[in-house]
Amino acid sequence: MSSISVPKQVASFQLSRRQQRFLKSLVYHLIVALLGLGMLYPILWMVAASFKESSEIWTNVGTLLPETLRFENYTNGWKGIGGITFTTYYKNSFIYAGFGTLFQVAASAIVAYGFARVDFAGKKIWFTLMLATLMLPDQVRMIPQYIVFDRLGWINTFYPLLLPRLGGAPFFIFMIVQFIRGIPNELDEAALIDGCSKSGVFYRIILPQLKPAIITATIFSFYWTWDDFMTPFIYMTRPELHTVSVALRSFSDPASATDWGAIFAMSSLSLLPVFIIFIFFQRYLVEGIATTGLKG
Amino acid sequence: MGGRVASLENESPLTRIRARWFARKKQYSISRNNFVGYLFISPWLIGFFLFSLIPIAASLVLAFTDYDLLASDIQFIGLENFSRMFNEDLRYWKSVNATLRYVFFAVPLRLTFALTVAMLLNTKRRGVYLYRAAYYTPSIVGGSVAVAIMWRQIFGTDGLVNAALGLDVRWFGDPRFALWTLITLAVWQFGSPMLIFLAGLRQIPAELYEASSIDGANALQRFRRITLPMLTPIIFFNLVMQTIQNFQQFTQAFIITGGNGRPLDRTLLYPLYLYRRAFVNYEMGYASAMSWVLLLTIALLTALLFTSSRQ
Repeated sequence: MSSISVPKQVASFQLSRRQQRFLKSLVYHLIVALLGLGMLYPILWMVAASFKESSEIWTNVGTLLPETLRFENYTNGWKGIGGITFTTYYKNSFIYAGFGTLFQVAASAIVAYGFARVDFAGKKIWFTLMLATLMLPDQVRMIPQYIVFDRLGWINTFYPLLLPRLGGAPFFIFMIVQFIRGIPNELDEAALIDGCSKSGVFYRIILPQLKPAIITATIFSFYWTWDDFMTPFIYMTRPELHTVSVALRSFSDPASATDWGAIFAMSSLSLLPVFIIFIFFQRYLVEGIATTGLKG
Repeated sequence: MGGRVASLENESPLTRIRARWFARKKQYSISRNNFVGYLFISPWLIGFFLFSLIPIAASLVLAFTDYDLLASDIQFIGLENFSRMFNEDLRYWKSVNATLRYVFFAVPLRLTFALTVAMLLNTKRRGVYLYRAAYYTPSIVGGSVAVAIMWRQIFGTDGLVNAALGLDVRWFGDPRFALWTLITLAVWQFGSPMLIFLAGLRQIPAELYEASSIDGANALQRFRRITLPMLTPIIFFNLVMQTIQNFQQFTQAFIITGGNGRPLDRTLLYPLYLYRRAFVNYEMGYASAMSWVLLLTIALLTALLFTSSRQ
């Protein structure tokens, strides 16, 4: 058997370096993009379903594009439950999330300045204690708080929702403390020598420089409060005081739910504020997480 | 500040006077800082006492009573709540079981995905920030009621998951699979630990990898010898925080399972059961006992994790 002569041009089957890189890049992008799409698919499905006719949602489950675009789901869904429209629910949610965030972030900034720039007796103890409370489960505080608020007759008011916010949140306090530590002391000292009080330093020197940290804290606080379910759920039993999250749950109660198009429409809508914030302030979110490491 | 005391014996009277003045000013300003310091932290301090310390103490006391919000008389019943919980309450143990299984699967899976995808995204290729946003989006919306509702529906018998995978599983009917609806929801939100890992990965100097490549290390060795050791603090931090949070999972479980841990209590997470005892049965004493067991468990687990990390 004669040997087969191997052509010397085997090298021609090999791709050039540039082509290899391109192929690797292509494979990379394909895999990562497809996975990413898979991650987003449930959300896309829900938004798509909000535009479908209710019966159509379950017949063509896998498909995204509706046969006919229906905006009626949104107008129908807005009508809400039992005569109370989503206008009321959104109003309640904005009160809770708006004031709740304002109180929480403002208080956190003030407390953070105290921990970061003022030296006082017992500072270390209180700071450690504050961080320790991060590990406390909410459940252990929830019941006595409820009992007290019940005794005070504050069920079905905004007091139980907003008053605890005036204490700030350990997570934001810590984040802002870290941020303040990065601000050089020279301006502080210059102001102090000029006769400025410690409080004055906070107001005139530190606060203006806190903007990025405050923005980050506000974003997180708002969207966590907006999504909060349990607190408004246990304190607001009257439907006209329900927030969007609580209303959505009643709206989608399996026992009575039929108009799934409307349910998904209202669900998608409730995610809109969060999405908008995410799109415009993504940079702050990502940096905020990266520098402090936190919950999702 | 104490190291700069100079000997003043040989100085002029004027210098001595000025030195005394500065010393007194410093004394004066330190005590004044106490007032200012406490003034600034007072929002947190007051909040801490009112909304953390006192409730926690009250919880402990309640745990030894039979308080049920409605009755006018509370009675101390000693350890009866605890003995009932551990010896007679079958649902209690089911909830412990469900919660442990939930955390046991959700946390490692979530962190594994987070780390893997973070390594994937740790490149300078174009469009990475788009992918990062895509992988992070579930974390943003995942905690909402809206997503919980959607998740419940996609696991329905005619739902998206069955259609996509070509299955016919009754996710909420079959006790074997129901908890996985919750676990997958947790794992789906791996975006936020991913971001933390990504930040950690970016801090590892590229030269380390290059040098080890030159020395002949393959990808696996590079991972084990460089990446893993440098990421260990972050991994550990994530592990602790995620475990603590997942033990407290309520909203999603409540909405997805309808609040009663169907089927057969296989999805009855601990906070869910606690909620039922407290706000459906109004057994505040019993529920307080449950909450303290949770607190102690988390504390113990955290301590264990910390001591094991010393190795």
